[in-house]
Amino acid sequence: MDLSYTAEELAFRDEVRDFLEKNLPQEMSDAVRDGRSLGKAGHDRWHAILNERGWLAPNWPREFGGCEWSAVQRFLFEEECCRAHAPRIVPFGLTMLGPVLQRFGSPDQKDRFLPRILSGEDWWCQGYSEPGAGSDLASLKTKAVRDGDHYVVNGQKTWTTLGQYANWIFCLVRTDSTVKQQEGISFLLIDMNTPGIEVRPIILLDGTHEVNEVWFTDVRVPVENLVGEENKGWTYAKYLLTHERTNIAGVGFSQAGLDAVKRMARVEMSGGRPLIENPHFAARLARVEIDLMAMATTNLRIISRAAAGQAPGVESSMLKVKGTIIRQEINDLARRAAGIYAMPFASEEVEGGNEPPVGPDGSGPVSAQYFNNRKLSIFGGSNEVQRNIIAKVKLGGGA
Amino acid sequence: MNFDLTEERQMLQDTLRRFLSDRYTTDVRNRIIDSDTGFSTELWAQLAELGIVGALFSEAQGGFGGAGFDITTVFEELGRAGVVEPFLDTAILGGGLVASLGNADQQVLVERVIAGDLHLALAHSEPTARYDLNRVMVSATVSGDAVRLKGRKSVVVNAEAAEFLIVSARESGAVDDCDGISLFLVPRETAGVIVRGYPLLAGGRAAEVEFEDVVVPESARLGTAGTAYTALAERAAAASVALAAETLGAMETATELTRGYLQTRQQFGRPIGSFQALQHRMADLWIEMEQARSATINAAGHLADQPHMRDLHVAAARNLIGRAGRLVAEDTIQLHGGIAMTREYELAHIAKRIVMADHRFGDTDYQLEQFIALSA
Ligand SMILES: Cc1cc2nc3c(=O)[nH]c(=O)nc-3n(C[C@H](O)[C@H](O)[C@H](O)COP(=O)(O)OP(=O)(O)OC[C@H]3O[C@@H](n4cnc5c(N)ncnc54)[C@H](O)[C@@H]3O)c2cc1C
Ligand SMILES: Cc1cc2nc3c(=O)[nH]c(=O)nc-3n(C[C@H](O)[C@H](O)[C@H](O)COP(=O)(O)OP(=O)(O)OC[C@H]3O[C@@H](n4cnc5c(N)ncnc54)[C@H](O)[C@@H]3O)c2cc1C
Repeated sequence: MDLSYTAEELAFRDEVRDFLEKNLPQEMSDAVRDGRSLGKAGHDRWHAILNERGWLAPNWPREFGGCEWSAVQRFLFEEECCRAHAPRIVPFGLTMLGPVLQRFGSPDQKDRFLPRILSGEDWWCQGYSEPGAGSDLASLKTKAVRDGDHYVVNGQKTWTTLGQYANWIFCLVRTDSTVKQQEGISFLLIDMNTPGIEVRPIILLDGTHEVNEVWFTDVRVPVENLVGEENKGWTYAKYLLTHERTNIAGVGFSQAGLDAVKRMARVEMSGGRPLIENPHFAARLARVEIDLMAMATTNLRIISRAAAGQAPGVESSMLKVKGTIIRQEINDLARRAAGIYAMPFASEEVEGGNEPPVGPDGSGPVSAQYFNNRKLSIFGGSNEVQRNIIAKVKLGGGA
Repeated sequence: MNFDLTEERQMLQDTLRRFLSDRYTTDVRNRIIDSDTGFSTELWAQLAELGIVGALFSEAQGGFGGAGFDITTVFEELGRAGVVEPFLDTAILGGGLVASLGNADQQVLVERVIAGDLHLALAHSEPTARYDLNRVMVSATVSGDAVRLKGRKSVVVNAEAAEFLIVSARESGAVDDCDGISLFLVPRETAGVIVRGYPLLAGGRAAEVEFEDVVVPESARLGTAGTAYTALAERAAAASVALAAETLGAMETATELTRGYLQTRQQFGRPIGSFQALQHRMADLWIEMEQARSATINAAGHLADQPHMRDLHVAAARNLIGRAGRLVAEDTIQLHGGIAMTREYELAHIAKRIVMADHRFGDTDYQLEQFIALSA
C-alpha cells in the first residue's frame, strides 16, 4: 500500500491548481464562497471556461470529447475546484445523461446531443420523480402513448432541479401499464419548448427557487427521442443512477465547508477567546474532521476499486450515507460558529444583492445552507433507502 | 407532587390553543412573515386582549401570572402554532426588565405592554460577545445629568417595532465584569440611534443598532447604576424557559405532522409508516420529547430559585432541548422526504423555529459549558 500520490498525480494537481488560479473569475469564487446563487449566466460562463480547456467532462471517453481521467485525477480535480470555490458543474447533462447516451443512445442521438451538452447549448434537467413516486420511483404514472411517429405525454414531474433554466428534460414515462411496474417504463428526451409543458416553481424552506414542478399536457415527442428500446427505460434509469451517485461522497465540498467553519471560528469570539480555542467547539470540529479524513480514504479506496473494473455496488450507498452525514454535520457546525448571527435571513446574499452582510465573514448563508442541505440525505435515493440496500446486500435477501 | 396545570393555566392553554388553531393558519403566518413589519399588529392586539401578555406578568406587576409555569403554558402554545410575534422581546425581556427595575414613572410602560399598545426590544448582544451575558462593551458615560451611549448592538430582535430599546451599557469595570452594567430606556427615535433592520430566517425581524454618541437623560436608567446584571440574568433565565417551552410546542407539531404523514404517504404500495426503520426513528423522537418536557418542567419549576440552582436547571433544559430539538427538526424533515423542504408546508417553518431558537441566549454547546461550570 502507498498512501502518497504519484509524481504524475501531483503534477496533475498542480496543473489544475494553476489553471484555477488563472481562470476562475474572482467574483465567481466569491459568490460560491458566500453561498450566493450564480444564476444561469454564471453557470454557463464557468461551463464555457472549462470547456475551452477541455476539462468539462472528466468522466467521458475521449471519443466524445471527454477527459477520460482516472478516478484519482477526477478526485483531485474535484478537490481543487472545491478548494478554489469554483462553481459546481450542473450534473444533469454531463454526469447523468451523457453516460446513458454514450452507452444506450442511437448514433443520431449521440451526434445530436453530446456536443450540445459540452457547448452549453443545451441545459438538461432530470424528470424522474413524481408526487406519488419518490423512493418508489418505479410507480411513476406520467404516460406516453404512441401516436404515429410521436409519443403523446401526459402527467406531472416534480422536484425538477433547475428546470427553470433547462431547455431539455430526460424523463421516465410509462409506456405499458399492463406489465410489472419496472417493465413498462421508457426513457424519453423531451424538448422543454414543446407546447403543453408548464414549469412551476417550488420555493424551498430557505427561500430559494431551485426545484420545480413540470406539467405535461398532450405533449408530442418524436419517437426518435426514445433512448434505447421502448419499455426498457428502467435499465437505463438505473445505469444513470449509478453515475448520479459517483461523486456522492462530496469530500471536496466537505473539505471546503470545514475550511470555512475554521475561518469563521478563528475570528468569532467566545468567552473572550477565538471560538476555535473553545474546547467544546474544537472537539466537535475535530470529530468531524477525523470522520472526513477517513471518508476521503474510503472514497479513494472505492473509486480505485471501481477503476479496476469492479462495479461499485453497496459501497456507493455507504459513501452516500456517510458523506451526507458529514456534510450536514459541517453545516451544523457552521451555524453554531455564527452564533447569534445565524439568525438573520440573508436573502439578499442568497439572491445576489449587494447589502453588506451583518455577521462575521461567511456567516450570512450558514443557516440557509444548513436547511437547504437537508436535501442531501433525501435525494439521489434517500439515506434510508441506501441503508436498506446495504442491509439487503450484507444480510442477504431476508431484509 | 402534582404535574397537572392549575385550572387557570388550563383555561389559558385552551383559550390560546383554540384561538391560534382558528386564526394562525399556515397561510396567515406566511403572509405575516413576508410583511414589512414581520408581525401582525392586529393579531397582537387580539392576543393581548385575550390576556396572553398579562399572563407573563405577576399580579404585583399588573398581570395575572408571571411564574415559570405561566411562561411555559403560553410559550408551548405559541411554539405549537409557530407564532412569530415578539412575545419574548416585548413581554418577557423588555416588559420584564422594566417591571423588575423601573421606578414608578417607568412602570407605566408595563401597563402599556400588557394592554398591547407598546413594543419593546432588549438591545444587549454585541458582535464579539456571542452568548456571554456579562460581556458588554457599549459604554455609558455620565456628564452632568446626561448619559452618553456609544457602541454597537447586534441582532436586536424587534428593534424596529419597539418604541423603546432597553440598552445594556457599561458604566464601569472590565469588559466581562458582571458589575458595572446598567440598562437604559432609549426611545428608538433618539438622535444617533441607527437601526438597520432585516428579516430573520425563522420569521420576525431584528436589527443591528449603532449608538453614535447618543445622549439620554440620567432618568432613562433602569434601577441603580452598574447593577443591572442580576435582573438581566433573571430575565435571560425566564427567556430560556420560554424558549424551551416554545421549542417543545414546536416539536409536538413537527412530530404530529410526521405521524400523520407516515400514516398516509404511500410508497411501495403501503404507508411508509409500516417500515420499521421509520417506526424506530419516530419512537426515538417520542422518547426524546418526553425528556424535553421533563427538562422544561424542571427549568420552569426552578425559575424562582436562587441564581445558582435556577441557572443549573435552565442550562440543563436548554442543552437537552437543543439536542432533542435538532434531532426532531432534522428527522421529521427526513421522514417526510422532499415535501418537508418546501416553504409552503407547515413543517418547514416549524423546523426553522426549533433550530433557530437554539441561537438565543446560548446554544446547546454554550449551555453544556454553563452546566459543567455550575455543577462542578
Ligand atoms: C432539493 C431536491 C432536489 C431534487 N431534484 C430532483 C431532480 O432534479 N429530479 C428528480 O427526478 N428528482 C429530484 N428530487 C427528488 C428526490 O429524488 C426525492 O425527493 C427522493 O427520491 C425521495 O422521494 P420523496 O421525497 O417522495 O420521499 P418518500 O419516498 O415519500 O420518502 C419519505 C420518507 O420515507 C422513507 N422511505 C421511503 N421508502 C422507504 C423504505 N422502503 N424503507 C425505509 N424508508 C423509506 C424515505 O427515506 C423518507 O425518509 C429532488 C429532491 C429534492 C428534495
Ligand atoms: C442478564 C440477563 C438476565 C436475564 N434474566 C432473565 C430472567 O430472569 N428470566 C427470564 O425469563 N429471562 C431473562 N433474560 C432473558 C431476556 O428477557 C431475553 O434476553 C430477552 O427477552 C431477549 O431475548 P433474546 O436474548 O432471545 O434475544 P432475541 O429475542 O433473539 O433478540 C435478538 C435481537 O433482535 C431484536 N428483535 C427481536 N425481535 C424484534 C422485532 N420484532 N423487531 C425488531 N427487533 C427485534 C432484539 O431487540 C435483539 O436486539 C435475561 C437476559 C439477560 C441478558
